[in-house]
Amino acid sequence: MNNTVDMIMIFLVLTNLALLGLSRLGACIRVAAVQGIVLGMLPLALNRGDIPLHLGLYSAVLIGLKGIVFPWVLLRLLKELKTRREIEPFVGYGTSIALGMAAFVSCIWLGHRLPLPEPGMSALIVPAAFFTIVTGLFLTVSRKKALTQAIGYLVLENGISAFGAAVVETQPLLIELGILLDAFMAVFVMGIAIFHINREFDHIDADKLSSLRT
Amino acid sequence: MNTIIYVLLFVPAASAVLTLIVGGALVRRTILIAAAGCHTAGTLLAWHTNPGPLLNGWMMLDEPGLLFLTITSVLFLACSVYAFGYLGRESGSEKQDNEEGFLFTNAPEVVFCTCLPAFLTTMTIVTVSQHLGLLWVAMEATTLVSAPLIYFHRHHRSLEAAWKYLLICSVGIALALLGNFFIVIAAAGFPSDDKTMVLSVLLRQAEHLNPPWLKAAFLLCLVGYGTKMGLAPLHTWLPDAHSEAPSVISALLSGALLNCAFLGILRSYQVCMAAGLTLFCQELLVLFGLLSMGWAAVFILGQPDYKRMLAYSSVEHVGIMALGVGLGAGAVFGSMLHAVNHSLAKAMLFMAAGNILAFYKTKTTARVSGVLTSIPMTGVLWLAGFLAITGVPPFGLFLSEFTIVKSMIEQGKIGLGVVFLGILALIFIGMASAFVHMAQGEKNKELRADRGPEPALAILPPMALGAAALMLGLYVPSALGRLLNAAAVLLGGN
Repeated sequence: MNNTVDMIMIFLVLTNLALLGLSRLGACIRVAAVQGIVLGMLPLALNRGDIPLHLGLYSAVLIGLKGIVFPWVLLRLLKELKTRREIEPFVGYGTSIALGMAAFVSCIWLGHRLPLPEPGMSALIVPAAFFTIVTGLFLTVSRKKALTQAIGYLVLENGISAFGAAVVETQPLLIELGILLDAFMAVFVMGIAIFHINREFDHIDADKLSSLRT
Repeated sequence: MNTIIYVLLFVPAASAVLTLIVGGALVRRTILIAAAGCHTAGTLLAWHTNPGPLLNGWMMLDEPGLLFLTITSVLFLACSVYAFGYLGRESGSEKQDNEEGFLFTNAPEVVFCTCLPAFLTTMTIVTVSQHLGLLWVAMEATTLVSAPLIYFHRHHRSLEAAWKYLLICSVGIALALLGNFFIVIAAAGFPSDDKTMVLSVLLRQAEHLNPPWLKAAFLLCLVGYGTKMGLAPLHTWLPDAHSEAPSVISALLSGALLNCAFLGILRSYQVCMAAGLTLFCQELLVLFGLLSMGWAAVFILGQPDYKRMLAYSSVEHVGIMALGVGLGAGAVFGSMLHAVNHSLAKAMLFMAAGNILAFYKTKTTARVSGVLTSIPMTGVLWLAGFLAITGVPPFGLFLSEFTIVKSMIEQGKIGLGVVFLGILALIFIGMASAFVHMAQGEKNKELRADRGPEPALAILPPMALGAAALMLGLYVPSALGRLLNAAAVLLGGN
């Protein structure tokens, strides 16, 4: 099954690069959604032989939340907002992609340093998951719109879920669902906060949130 | 009596739902106090009954858990009494902003009264959980239910603070989740099939954990939960949230929530100790601890806003706690005692700061003077709180800081001790100049005219907390001493 896993990992890397280069918020949300759906298939692809019920259920919830519910919440929010694209991010799109490539190379190096102890795992899991995490962190710090920062948080979550998928079999379903519930609540609360920011400031530029210093 | 944990979880959760359903401001506030009272009574009962493991060992009150649960519960009780009076004063229509003069409204009181017990529920889960995954889920939930509390005053500054808190803490805690997954990956080599993240299972088979993955896991947990705990340089959300939230919420964030985040770090530290990585973790804890203290000292000196000063003082004290655990030996006991003392003193100070803010309508230190003559009770509390928080004898913080310094000298780390005392002295000077200026000076006549005497509900809770902080400096009750000792032993002290 490693072939499928490798494909998923390559897809993760490609979507990350796309996110780094996109300016339209709607497109960003959709790419993050596709990334979530593909990620939801990872636990199934990692499993050898029959698929146990709890794994199928976990995958279904993962795809449902990250592929459908989160994007739906964010797209609805986008409709309320007056803004459609990220204007003048702190780091330009070309530079972002170049930095992303450099980050990916260091993630591959890191993957060699930290091999998964379990035998037979795809060698791409660790670099691709790390790269997704780095992309998420980068998006949260380098973009001005609160909505893009929330998308960055989602991408970060995706990267962590990729690690989680590698270990999900040994962990009880309840915890995995609890983690997803938290992610859901986080997106929900962030959505409300963005709505308030939009109303209070007439825009969602988080860099205008700067009256509190030292 | 194992059901006591269920009671501790059920009471605040049920009251959170109840406040949503019932109408009437007074009823909601009464429910809040009743829930807090029941929770504290349940916690006291847990001291006597030693509730055993529940749900396959997922929940248990071990010594560190019981210690932090007690702090949280007592603080919450004091805060709910204070909040009863506070909500009464805050109700009503539009308010004028103290800093910029625009008009704003508060969030509906029902949001406050629902989020507060929900916050207690999630913090209780943090203290009773023995499963690292459950601990993480509860920790993230604390962020989500407390963010609306920070945005209680609906204006742009508190919104900014709430957004920073939400985003920085969520990202930080996401890293801690990664750390938890790394622990599971490190556990791949366990001989038995039992690979769940229950603490006792991990501790039992710790020698089979994969060291490189475990090291990475500890680093991520330290950074992740450290963000929430307010360790420098990850503390950036903390001064904003503490200064913009209502004072009673600041008291809870500082006194209860930071300790809960510390517990998250301590749990991963326990696993690392069992796996023989003690030295690696201790060095990191000492480094972050010292950095936090130094960072706080820089920002406390000349800090123009007294609530922000208290927030930076929290950064200093979580630094001392991390430092104490990192030193090992006797300092771990000091660190545990410090957690108790700091919570009591800091909550007392935030409540007093709330009274000052309500009277003077400003958070700027320079524009407040004569607190002792204008509002004498608060003035006395403010000065007593200053002495307590800077570790002047006979307050409890002196005892705990002294224990930590003593341990440094015993370990031959004289240089570290000198740096530690130097930073404490700097902070003392920085805080003294602000506190003395505020307490002394001319009585403000025009402010006094339209206000009655200080409300009892705003004075009694901080007074009780201050009395407890004073008592702990003179005499540590034997039951508490035993608990602190047992917790310290579990965390590598003696």
